[in-house]
Amino acid sequence: MDKLTAEDIFYTMALGRRFEYAAKEHYMTGEISGFLHLDIGQEALSVAAMKAFDHGDVFTTYREHIMAIARGIEPKAVMAELFGKKTGVSEGRGGSMHLFDPSHFFYGGDAIVGGHLPNAVGCAYARKFQKSEHGVLAVFGDGATNGGAFFESLNIASAWKLPILFLCENNRYAIGTEITRVAPFLEQAKKAEPYMPTKEVDGNDAPAVYEAVKEAQDYIQKGHGPIFIEAFTYRWEGHSMSDPGTYRSQEEMEIWKRKDPIERMKKLLKERYIMSDAQIEALEKKADAAVEEAVQFAAQSPEPEVDELFDYVFAEEVRHG
Amino acid sequence: MAEMLYREALNRAIDECMAADENVVMLGEDVGLYGGSYRVSEGLVSKYGEARLIDTPIAELSIVGNAIGMAIGGLRPIAEIMTANFSLLAFDQIINHMSKYRYMSAGKLTLPMVVRFPQGVSKQLAAQHSESYEQMLSAVPGMHVFAAGDPNYAYHALKAAIMMDDPVLFIEHELLYNKKGEVDFDTPVDPFKARIVKEGENITIVSYLKMVDDVMAAVPQIEERLGKSCEVIDLQSLNPMDTETIKNSVEKTGRLVVVEEDHYTGGYGAQVISRVVEKFFYTLDAAPLRIAGKDVPIPYNRKLELASIPTPDSITEAIVAWGKNNGL
Repeated sequence: MDKLTAEDIFYTMALGRRFEYAAKEHYMTGEISGFLHLDIGQEALSVAAMKAFDHGDVFTTYREHIMAIARGIEPKAVMAELFGKKTGVSEGRGGSMHLFDPSHFFYGGDAIVGGHLPNAVGCAYARKFQKSEHGVLAVFGDGATNGGAFFESLNIASAWKLPILFLCENNRYAIGTEITRVAPFLEQAKKAEPYMPTKEVDGNDAPAVYEAVKEAQDYIQKGHGPIFIEAFTYRWEGHSMSDPGTYRSQEEMEIWKRKDPIERMKKLLKERYIMSDAQIEALEKKADAAVEEAVQFAAQSPEPEVDELFDYVFAEEVRHG
Repeated sequence: MAEMLYREALNRAIDECMAADENVVMLGEDVGLYGGSYRVSEGLVSKYGEARLIDTPIAELSIVGNAIGMAIGGLRPIAEIMTANFSLLAFDQIINHMSKYRYMSAGKLTLPMVVRFPQGVSKQLAAQHSESYEQMLSAVPGMHVFAAGDPNYAYHALKAAIMMDDPVLFIEHELLYNKKGEVDFDTPVDPFKARIVKEGENITIVSYLKMVDDVMAAVPQIEERLGKSCEVIDLQSLNPMDTETIKNSVEKTGRLVVVEEDHYTGGYGAQVISRVVEKFFYTLDAAPLRIAGKDVPIPYNRKLELASIPTPDSITEAIVAWGKNNGL
């Protein structure tokens, strides 16, 4: 990983964490409502995977604010969506869980656990059919690996040798249920072993995630078929803002907070890339400003009008046979 | 103009769309090498290859889910569900994904795709292969629901559905595949409009899919016994519903009957009557009549099976009795 990439990843992680804390704050004040799933603690994985996977389509889950930003969607447009504003990336129709922007090849923001995996597989089919250089990145949590859609998707992607990377964010908890209570092992990649090559990576180690995803992108682009990466990480907050997190021990949370991916990245910037504290602080200040600007923008933006209620149900121009 | 079978009309519609646009692909169980369980895709794989006539595993959630991804990726997929009952496995994809992506993304994602599915009571297939789901599917905003009752509409509406940028659920009836009819290739059909199958003065009978044929078989008897004439409407598009055509007819006749094959409770016909009563109540000279399937799982035994759905005889008896009680 070169220095510019490392800097960019650190900056986006710092931005992402600040974005999430700002979202939390504005949820508390009632400006953000509904379900809000924060990604704090998992920034290395979310950011490095998006930055590495630069030749293709991304299908992801409802815990996607940071991924959307890392993919290039403006923080302002993401925050405005959380506020339900017309200037939001989905013009207030989607909210926290449904961020879409095809101009960044970013398709969700899908809030049915595992339900987006068949869609990702279909898109991978389209890319293969079109002989495109694009592959598909499908991100999902450990909770998605116990449903039928997951196994159907592994099976078809493998049978058809599709260019798709299945990236499992294993943060150990499906809402409040620890994965080993509902699956026979912690490592969900084991489920993919009969279908495709698998790899495990430390999800709190941004360069490791970046390299693994880059390699995987290269692998699927060469037409070898699908590949599976499992990245182990941990979310600091509850599943959503309505989750007090009583199912986890303080000790466990402390252990993971000591593995803070942002502090780790900061250390790397200093030691490997010889950046000064002042340089790093400048990046953090830039992140603060970007989040401040996003919140201002969201707060000041107009809501959609009620007479726009039916906009976007159907394509505006319906061709009649 | 040509006389052809319903399944041939569907085949021709797909064939023409595939010839015109290489992004049109079809996927489903046995749609490729086998040619489709109802022979709808027969012969297409030899013309367009296995990459465009895609044989899938028996995994309906994925058939529709994959089609959604293909549409996002720039293709125009036609997904075939072998029998409506199996579509339940794909309801997450139909209801949570296909019909909502456009809205949730503020129009950034548009899914040009069709899900075709055969449904209805065929011959002694019993409860798990005889279902009708138009009532549930028409209740979902965000996709069009077409119901093809004859070869001409089947041809034109399927072509229109494939070319449309919105998702379409295309309902076919399993007993119609071998129905013969004229297809007028040169006169396009508006897929959203109902068709007046037969004009009449005194009773409006609204129906769709195979029940239109059963109504038409009953009409001569009804007209003879009541001494009145019937206007028969094939709805064709269930979502949106062409209330205008129904209104114009009921304004003329003052009487409304709806005939449907699905179960009485919650059936689609209730929606037709609800709209007429709510919006055009004073055009009615009598309470509307609804003839629907019974609220039972469809039985295997032929005698019981026929008793569970409307037939030409039961339609005749019901309408004649209702007519006599309502001043006809």
